[in-house]
Amino acid sequence: MRFRTVTSPHILAEAGVAQLMRRVLYAMAPGIMALIWFFGWGVLVNLALATSIALAAEAAMLLARGKPAVAQLNDYSAVVTAWLLAVALPPLSPWWLTATGVVSAIVVAKHLYGGLGYNPFNPAMIGYVVLLISFPREMSTWLIPHGFGQPEAVTWSETLRAIFGGVMPERFAPDALTGATPLDVLRTQLGLGLNVAEIRNSPVFGIVAGSGWEWATLGFLAGGLWLVYTRTAAWQIPVGMLGALAVVATVFHVVNPQRYAPPWFHLWSGAAIFGAFFIATDPVTASTTPRGRLFYGAGIGLLVYIIRGFGGYPDGVAFAVLLMNIAAPTIDLYTPPRVFGARRE
Amino acid sequence: MSGLFAFHGGLKTVRHKSESNQRPIQLSALSERLVVPLRQHIGAIAKPLVQAGERVLKGQLIGQPDGYISAAVHAPSSGTVLAVDQQPVPHPSGLPDWCVTLETDGEERWIEREPVAYQTLHHSAVRNLLRAAGVVGLGGAAFPSAVKLNLSGRSERLGTLILNGAECEPWITCDDRLMRERAAGIVAGLRIMVHLLDPREVLIGIEDDKPEAIAALNAACAGTGYRVRSVPTRYPSGSVKQLVKLLTGKETPVDGLPVDVGVQCFNVATAYAVHRAIDCGEPMLSRIVTVTGRVRRPQNFEALLGTPFAELIAQSGGYQDGVERLIMGGPMMGFALYDDRVPLTKAANCILAAGIENLTPEQPALPCIRCGACADVCPADLLPQQLYWHARAKEFDKAQDYHLFSCIECGCCSYVCPSRIPLVQFYRYAKNEIWAQEKEKQKAELARQRHQARLERLEREKREREAKLRQKAPPRADAPAEKSSVETAVARAKAAAPAAAEAAETPAAND
Repeated sequence: MRFRTVTSPHILAEAGVAQLMRRVLYAMAPGIMALIWFFGWGVLVNLALATSIALAAEAAMLLARGKPAVAQLNDYSAVVTAWLLAVALPPLSPWWLTATGVVSAIVVAKHLYGGLGYNPFNPAMIGYVVLLISFPREMSTWLIPHGFGQPEAVTWSETLRAIFGGVMPERFAPDALTGATPLDVLRTQLGLGLNVAEIRNSPVFGIVAGSGWEWATLGFLAGGLWLVYTRTAAWQIPVGMLGALAVVATVFHVVNPQRYAPPWFHLWSGAAIFGAFFIATDPVTASTTPRGRLFYGAGIGLLVYIIRGFGGYPDGVAFAVLLMNIAAPTIDLYTPPRVFGARRE
Repeated sequence: MSGLFAFHGGLKTVRHKSESNQRPIQLSALSERLVVPLRQHIGAIAKPLVQAGERVLKGQLIGQPDGYISAAVHAPSSGTVLAVDQQPVPHPSGLPDWCVTLETDGEERWIEREPVAYQTLHHSAVRNLLRAAGVVGLGGAAFPSAVKLNLSGRSERLGTLILNGAECEPWITCDDRLMRERAAGIVAGLRIMVHLLDPREVLIGIEDDKPEAIAALNAACAGTGYRVRSVPTRYPSGSVKQLVKLLTGKETPVDGLPVDVGVQCFNVATAYAVHRAIDCGEPMLSRIVTVTGRVRRPQNFEALLGTPFAELIAQSGGYQDGVERLIMGGPMMGFALYDDRVPLTKAANCILAAGIENLTPEQPALPCIRCGACADVCPADLLPQQLYWHARAKEFDKAQDYHLFSCIECGCCSYVCPSRIPLVQFYRYAKNEIWAQEKEKQKAELARQRHQARLERLEREKREREAKLRQKAPPRADAPAEKSSVETAVARAKAAAPAAAEAAETPAAND
């Protein structure tokens, strides 16, 4: 009897790229639900909008590049990019803002650099940074968090009109609907000479960090720990990033607690937790050696603190990730593991 | 896990041991025709000693080892030689190789068998007996055992002798059954190995999914001082370097062998073969082989070498429907055969008729997403993904910088790769390319040396002719001059010899 010959191994593990990507989506669910609870339907609309545009852009680019479109569309990587970006957008962003960001991410950052596996920069962060630099006003118009169903919450139809019609709900006074993000408040008021303790009394802050925000962070932390537990994300990156952020924040806080916020505030604010588990861990653009990942993560943590404390933006996760993306190949070069049987240095 | 030293990486795979390890080893029926390959081992192919039409006895030498790293081949049964020619053999290349085809007479008439008392013999005499008996490692590599049992060139006493009963491939159970049923024979063979190697300690490593085998060997080792160690079931714990690390904590150097760290390791079945060769005077004529997967009665056979796979499968009740691939060895490292009409060899520990449900369906590879899952499982602590990029780009120098040759091709990286990239295939390709280049280089170097020598010879001859012409001396005076030229040639050759030997050795050492 004759048989086909194929090289070993003849069995493979079950998890493919699509499953890894789906796990990232599942892991984002708790944080996203918290965001929807506090910021309303806009979060969900952004997600849906970004997903559809991302899939359309991905399909178009795969076809244009002569790649097997169906197989690669099914890998969910475009959806992950879309979600990472959508979560970072203000909940009532106009549709074209989302579209611009997603197209920049998928078309430019991903496919023009060779597609899945070849892009040197995190596509979602490229999309985010393009928007942050091009449309600073739109990108800083965040809703003030309210619980779901409360009278202050934006309704479903108001959301749709804001996003697709560009009409903000008129029943709110300008300051009652939107405001600065907690990190922005900290930054601005430190500039006005207030100290950290005084600023923390502002209503935008909750128990640890931004009110409302801190619950979303908790959700992302839970999802992120699950990603690490299932080995979907490398543990070294979040440990390196949050560790470095905590250390440097502690040093500055100890030196001058009036001027510098405590480490737990930094860890729990902005995109630190979300970035550590979901953005920095994008394997394509991160360092790949075990030791290299610690350095890579630590570099991001350090840069986040520098940008927050001394740079021109309230949060710096996107810039920090992109800067370390550049460094990743070099880090890999200098941090290979000791090969089995090689002499110990 | 007290006293064990975990190696990095590795996998837990789905186990399929119980399919074949529930039945005792069965003696396979004598095949009418045995096709005995002359190359069943690592090293030079054996030289055939018989011709078509010749009658042979069971156990008669039919292939003589050619050189130190080679192994003897014997007639597995009595009968008539039909042919000495190229036949299909189980090899990944699918190419035929030299074989002796035997028509058996069913009488199983043996040669004279002489059990020997090894204690009374010199070590080298025992090794020669093993060499004459064609004993090779039965774990799969089939390296001539007598070579590994010779430590006479080493000054230090061997630290540890390890018997490998890990059997980490998910489907194979031949060692499991052998240990359960013939533990006493294994220990008898081990005793001979201990006699030859004089190790400080003797360890037997067995994965903890084989409690019966562990119990059997523990019983057989009672009073010997040999220690049976249960190791966690984690592929590839049966790989030599990984097992040595597990049991002793010692890492075999990148370019070295376990013996460089004072450890020597043999498969349990090899110990059993040593016992049969010395204590029973029987050369290596058969082996235990697992026949499993989609056959009606998966089990282990003690089968004569040269028995066609198809007959072993028929004796297991034949194929069930839906056999997709026929694999020799396990699913992690075994290779797929294109035909089941190939003979059993010393290296064949398992015949797996894999159904579609036992395989991973082939699917197009996606781009590498640099997730690093391959590095997490690599038992050699390599960066498989970097090796892949360099192998793919044909940057073989860089692949070697990333220690391509430390790769043991265990398949863990391919197993976990979410993009389904056939990583091991890339490494095999790169290794083969590098070997081919090395050979090419050696050939070119040899040609250059020959050319150089020729030029020198022509030059010398020309000078000598001119000298002769100029001298125009009587023939008597010529004789000493001629002699001296011979003398200088000899002296020159002597001076050149060590250099040439060095030149010849250097590439070999790299292998």
